[in-house]
Amino acid sequence: MNPTVAWITLRGLIGRRRFLLLFPLPVLLIVLAVVGRTSGVRYENWGVPVIDGIGFTVMLPVIALIVGTGVLGSEIDDGTITHILAKPLPRSEIVLAKLAVAFGVTLVATAVPMFVAGVITHSVRLGVACAVACALGALGYSAVFLALSLLTRRPVLVGLLYVLLWESLLGNLLTGTRILSIHQYVLTVANELGDSKLLTTHVGWPAALIMSGVFVAGGTILSIDRLRSFAVAGETS
Amino acid sequence: MNTVEAPPAGAARAVTAKTVELVNVSRWYGNVVAVNDVTMTLGPGVTGLLGPNGAGKTTLLHMMSGFLPPSQGQLTVGGAPAWRNPEVYRDLGLVSERESVHGFLTAREFVTASARMHRLPQPEQAARRAIELVEMTPAQDRRIETFSKGMRQRTRVAAALVHDPSVLLLDEPFNGMDPRQRLHMMDLLHSMGGAGRTVLFSSHILEEVEQVSGTVQVMVAGRLAASGDYRTIRRLMTHRPHVFVIRSTDDRRLSVALIAEESVNGVDLDASGLTVRAGDYGTFTRALPRIALREGIRVRALVPSDESLESVFSYLVSA
Repeated sequence: MNPTVAWITLRGLIGRRRFLLLFPLPVLLIVLAVVGRTSGVRYENWGVPVIDGIGFTVMLPVIALIVGTGVLGSEIDDGTITHILAKPLPRSEIVLAKLAVAFGVTLVATAVPMFVAGVITHSVRLGVACAVACALGALGYSAVFLALSLLTRRPVLVGLLYVLLWESLLGNLLTGTRILSIHQYVLTVANELGDSKLLTTHVGWPAALIMSGVFVAGGTILSIDRLRSFAVAGETS
Repeated sequence: MNTVEAPPAGAARAVTAKTVELVNVSRWYGNVVAVNDVTMTLGPGVTGLLGPNGAGKTTLLHMMSGFLPPSQGQLTVGGAPAWRNPEVYRDLGLVSERESVHGFLTAREFVTASARMHRLPQPEQAARRAIELVEMTPAQDRRIETFSKGMRQRTRVAAALVHDPSVLLLDEPFNGMDPRQRLHMMDLLHSMGGAGRTVLFSSHILEEVEQVSGTVQVMVAGRLAASGDYRTIRRLMTHRPHVFVIRSTDDRRLSVALIAEESVNGVDLDASGLTVRAGDYGTFTRALPRIALREGIRVRALVPSDESLESVFSYLVSA
């Protein structure tokens, strides 16, 4: 990992206006958890919609999408990536620096509010479980969305399709698609580590870990390979 | 601020000569051929890359800088392929046409980051030297997004020079610069070429190319139309009459004598003097002193009026 690339990436990410998009969903999550807790209703009745429905299904992938496509996709869009690529750096160093920043920012933006929401919902142990699950999800989603930045010119759209169509819609209709869903791995980890058994899981513990590794490794290797062959947009001038 | 007269220390330092070599290089996008079977060798010194819009200059520069693979042919920088080879950037500096820079960084941060990514032993010193070269020291601690176009351009040039590359590729480097900055940049390119670096720059402003470099590569419709010193290229265009403006002690009598000369295609006589169109450059320039001597006429001025880069370029483009 190259620290200079990571530093430029982080500065660029924090300096962009889209960084502000990271705040509303975590705030909403915590507010809903507080509302549920203070409503007097048992946590089994509102915990799942808050922790899974808002936290794992919406907040985690959306924030990972904003950050994951922002660390590289924005530089590709505005052309600043050529300044980094015109250096004698192995492309793996560049990709790992981008991945580390995407993972780190996503982790902070999601694990902290999920920990708070877990504690408010049930217990500190559930909070820790949700935070660890967020870490796993942040890594998997970041690797996938980073790769999407190099595979398509519309990474945000394709990423949204993955989250909304594949994970949410098809994940509910076709059970077979769940094995290729980061959301399901996150649920499994949160449920295994937590003490509430609040969440419904469809993927086993070993499969969740192995498939997360496959997503991370696959996305990273694909990104490195694509970056090695990065060509500027076709021009005829 | 540094004076233009003082040659920059970094630029004057001699380097190992490296060449950029293209052999039968073509690049196409679907059915559109952007670069068509180009073979050229760029050696130490400054070379201008010329061509009308859509001639393939930028595509050619993208291929040379490793940002586009040739569809066909071989392209090497210092003997190594440019495509999929980041090591090539150890000795290559690039200033692309697109003005994109990390605007949230200051000029010093931007150039120092470039030095760090090149793994230079003393990145801060290298950055300071490069910033001095482009006369950006007074503004180095301002964010790049607050810069004018010319200042951004100079900052990008500093980042491209920070590792003292043997090969420097610049796409429209004078864009946005004021006349004084242009002169300074021309001086810088001159000194870099003089120190043995291979410098290629593209421009659509012929005067700039004429002032910076005698050697040109002219692209027309994706093909390499001409290569070399533009004055030599002009003389090789034997199908185009060479135009001379002559002033003498007796223009009228000289015009009569010249029209009888076989190498002369036509003569115009007006108040400013004689305009002669000669079919053969060498024969005419040898015959003129002989004729003047024979007629007892003194030639006061002989100026080739279409040997400018502009004439050469317009002939090549219209051919």
